[in-house]
Amino acid sequence: MSGSIQDTFFEECEELLEATDEGLTAIEGGNHDPEVVNAVFRAVHSIKGGAGAFGLDELVAFAHRFETVFDEVRANRLELEQKLVQLLLRSSDHLCDLVATARDGGETDEAHHNMLIAALDEYIPEEEEDLTFEPMGLGGGGFAPAAIDLPTAPTEETYRIRFHPMKEMYGTGNEPFFLFQALKELGDLEIKLDDTELPGFDAIDVAESYLAWDLVLTTTEPRDKVEAVFEFVEGLCELSIEGDGDAEADAAALAALEAAFGAAPSVEDGEAAPAPFEQPAPAQAPEAESAPAAAPVADAAPAPKADTAKSEQRGGPKPTLRVELERVDRLINAVGELIINHSMLAQQIANLDVADMRDVETELEGFKNLARDIQEGVMSIRAQPVKPLFQRMARIVREASSATGKTCKLVTEGENTEVDKTVIERLSDPLTHILRNAVDHGIEKPEDRESGGKNKVGEIRLSASHRSGSVCIEIKDDGAGVNRPRVKQIAIDKGLIPENAELTDSEIDNLLFLPGFSTAKEVSNLSGRGVGMDVVKNAVTGLGGRINITSTPGKGSTFTIILPLTLAVMDGMVVSVADQTMVVPITSIVETMRGSDDMINNLGADGTLLSIRGNFVPICDVAGALGLEKKDDQPPGVYLLVETETGQRSALAVDDIHDQRQVVIKSLDGVCGEIAGVAAATILGDGKIAMILDPESIIAASPSAAAFDTERRMNNAVAS
Amino acid sequence: MTKTILAIDDSKAVRDMVAFTLEPQGFRVVSAENGADGLQKLRSERPALVITDLNMPVMNGIDFISNARRDAAGTGVPIVMLTTESSPEMKAKGKAAGATGWINKPFDTDKLIAVTRKLLG
Repeated sequence: MSGSIQDTFFEECEELLEATDEGLTAIEGGNHDPEVVNAVFRAVHSIKGGAGAFGLDELVAFAHRFETVFDEVRANRLELEQKLVQLLLRSSDHLCDLVATARDGGETDEAHHNMLIAALDEYIPEEEEDLTFEPMGLGGGGFAPAAIDLPTAPTEETYRIRFHPMKEMYGTGNEPFFLFQALKELGDLEIKLDDTELPGFDAIDVAESYLAWDLVLTTTEPRDKVEAVFEFVEGLCELSIEGDGDAEADAAALAALEAAFGAAPSVEDGEAAPAPFEQPAPAQAPEAESAPAAAPVADAAPAPKADTAKSEQRGGPKPTLRVELERVDRLINAVGELIINHSMLAQQIANLDVADMRDVETELEGFKNLARDIQEGVMSIRAQPVKPLFQRMARIVREASSATGKTCKLVTEGENTEVDKTVIERLSDPLTHILRNAVDHGIEKPEDRESGGKNKVGEIRLSASHRSGSVCIEIKDDGAGVNRPRVKQIAIDKGLIPENAELTDSEIDNLLFLPGFSTAKEVSNLSGRGVGMDVVKNAVTGLGGRINITSTPGKGSTFTIILPLTLAVMDGMVVSVADQTMVVPITSIVETMRGSDDMINNLGADGTLLSIRGNFVPICDVAGALGLEKKDDQPPGVYLLVETETGQRSALAVDDIHDQRQVVIKSLDGVCGEIAGVAAATILGDGKIAMILDPESIIAASPSAAAFDTERRMNNAVAS
Repeated sequence: MTKTILAIDDSKAVRDMVAFTLEPQGFRVVSAENGADGLQKLRSERPALVITDLNMPVMNGIDFISNARRDAAGTGVPIVMLTTESSPEMKAKGKAAGATGWINKPFDTDKLIAVTRKLLG
């Protein structure tokens, strides 16, 4: 079997498993709509079907049980009570594992596998259970598993076959000629046409069946092979197959056969008795037109049914196209170059000394808009809803809950929020880690929750939303919150902070992100896997995002992850700092202003504050933070008011603002490593390279911000 | 003349497998994702044989078969149902709707070829 078809199958499995999970989650949430149940059934069924074709027996056997239980639900013979839903959820997880094992090799947990199978079997009615032991390779032909005691010696046998099709048979596309051909392959065949029923030419009804055949087949093939030829036409013809020689021995088998066929043609001297109409006549029969026997032949055309199919088209899924990711990425790179190219062109034209530029500028503007449309279009190809990611997380919470003996449920919001594919992929690990931590450290034990007046079931809320050009992912638990005294003590014990450190609540919470920090008293086998929250933070910052935690003792904690919408292009403000051109991400800028001396206030030895409409914000000198030397002593005249994740505002001092434009992000990873204050680089219209700044880390390095923070803390201390 | 076979299944893997199996046998294989799509292809491609799954979204196989049998393009065309449901009711339903025959899923390629030969000669 071709490998690529198998790849397609596994790709489909991903989607089917997602559909299964989605349906089960809906069912868990109380939605027992037949359509939901049917969707899950269909998904599991398709996995089974595909798996069977590739000989993945373990997967088939498990999916079959899963499907059978679901079929019982579908037929309203089983009620979706809590225990069953939990079993189905765990079965769905296991199905994921089996698919992964089938694809990537490795082994599944056999004890778990057998346990689930046994649990599922309890829901399967007796007679169905037998079916599961039927060998799966049904394709091989008509082997009747029970008929082992038939004589197996290949003796020659002659069959007399009487075959009289009913008119319905012709409506099903079966052709007597091809049946005879198939018989001929089994041995010697004599065909004799019986046209005695054929009426006179003017009385022929084309929809009627007048012809019958008497066939004599001599073959060494077993009887069931002969019967198999007529497999598709049973019930659509009068058929008798009479073995020669051992007629008596065969009588019993024939009776059994006839019972199986549902028709009981009595065989008396070749005169066929009318077979009972087992099957309803196909709806196609144009009786109304052709009933009068005298009707001319040409008139008896089938009645056309025109408008039945049209209504079926509604509500179909939109057509989709599967494309290799690499092709899309190539396009994205090209669009990036196009944007750079546009700004270079604009710059070149501006440098030309042309008197009337209006026409050129109009066209250039059109070019820019088109480039932006293309870029957005390409980006939207890569954008995917976070739903599948969130669905996987439900499993993480389930597993973590059962490993810790806690009861938690995951509530998801904003599943249709679209995020760049790479971002989604790289979010999986950090989210997994945060959720495990939330279950392990955040949510209390059921008994503690009850005594604390909380619902026994802990709730973790995972939400995604778009927020001014960024994506915001929030993980909120209703657990105990960060145990601040203990966190601080651990940080001191591990030498991460000095013993006399004065920290705000928020700073203590954020200690969790320090490398080498782990709060678990004894390392649990769940979240204590040697990686701390610092790994999570690195993963998020690696995506150009930020993570932050807020916590209320006794009420729970919230992790907030802010990510850029795309990793390739962003809107930036082009500024100059100490004769260097730099770019500040527009999303972090709240407002810009030109400052005057009377707005600047000194704070401590080297801190300065900017007074804006009666409020003070610390001034962060960008040049100073980056270690750039200024040529003159002029204070920078322009301020960019930025807001950090924690809501703190600061003013970034720069020399001038030039432009606001889209820039293509070029990563510095692997070129010169990490530079504090610099997020990435870009290429500007004049071909020069400009650094893209990271306001957050510039503020962190600024003496004003530090002085301002101390000041604020002291004020707080005085106030309290 | 090359005969066209229409494969209807919501799983691309199954559609591909039908194509992979029957194309080397000298058939042209076109595919559709569900019954509604299948009806359109039935009219535009005029296949000599249709192989259809039963359990599909939008329009299932049974509805496809009964619609096809009422359509000028579908009368007399052999329609084979692919079914994992080995239950006799399902086959009876398909036959009542006008199906020509069936193949039990999971099928092997030999069976698929055999049935195709049986119906197309």
